[in-house]
Amino acid sequence: MKDSNPKLKFHDMRVGLEYESKLAENLTRTQIVQYAAGSGDFNPIHHDETFAIKLAGYPSVFAHGMLTMGLTGRLLTDWLGDGVLRKFSVRFVKQVFPGDSLVAKGIVRELKEEGDHGLVEIDLVTTNQRGEPVVTGSATAALPR
Amino acid sequence: MSDGYRFCVDRTGILLFASALGETNPIYWDEEYAKKTPLGGVIAPPTFAVSSAHWDPNYALRGVRKIPAPPPKPPVSTGGPVAQGGGAAGGGGGLNLTRVLHGEQRFEYHKPVRPGMALTVTQRAGKSWTKEGKKGGTMRFSESISEFRDENGELVVTATSVGIVTEKAVQ
Repeated sequence: MKDSNPKLKFHDMRVGLEYESKLAENLTRTQIVQYAAGSGDFNPIHHDETFAIKLAGYPSVFAHGMLTMGLTGRLLTDWLGDGVLRKFSVRFVKQVFPGDSLVAKGIVRELKEEGDHGLVEIDLVTTNQRGEPVVTGSATAALPR
Repeated sequence: MSDGYRFCVDRTGILLFASALGETNPIYWDEEYAKKTPLGGVIAPPTFAVSSAHWDPNYALRGVRKIPAPPPKPPVSTGGPVAQGGGAAGGGGGLNLTRVLHGEQRFEYHKPVRPGMALTVTQRAGKSWTKEGKKGGTMRFSESISEFRDENGELVVTATSVGIVTEKAVQ
């Protein structure tokens, strides 16, 4: 369990336990551009309005899926601590547009003991202001017993 | 399978990435704070590995950057998987960027990514399949698997990206 700084112990967890994080309020184009620079993904569909509307046929630019995944990752680290993740997977279900507000929710699905620590399996869903899922996924975290 | 490229991790890169996520967690930039934790130093956020795109000479979505190497000429389209475009989070090499979507992303973590690491990134194509979508017409899915290894050849992160090429805009 070196290489991690858990906030919780395995025995603090139970199946069905939930945690919620507000990820974005009125997401700005500025943040999307900032993510383009941070990640290196300069697909114009995420920053060039003319390209997004006229060439691609979308109502506006939209956020990188990986921005929404990165934001969703904040729920996991805020809840469980740093360096505890073993796996983190998502499906991108719906686009996130400027002006959207996002909330992520994690629910403990399963607990497994493994030596001096335990593995926590978590289901994830991030929804927009209309309650529509934009990202669904799962994560596995290792917490000390 | 590519021969791999070198991804040099530093605190500025981590800071820029964490800032874009609206992070307030000091583990991503405050060395003094981080030293006092069991981690012993700054680490990168869970999805940081995708920013290896900055160092990927074959990455298709690199804007105007000409370093660390000039982007290759667009490959002749063979209808092959999006994974060939490169990038730990999908790519779009030689493809119509208006029709490329990121369908899924999976990470497996073996040890934390830390400043000072010089990771070797290798990519290979995974599975590919097609599906009839209600909104996007025929959708072609393809997996691209990236392995990030440290100087000792040990796995640090495995990233799998599923790219989708659609017939029309999906909303």
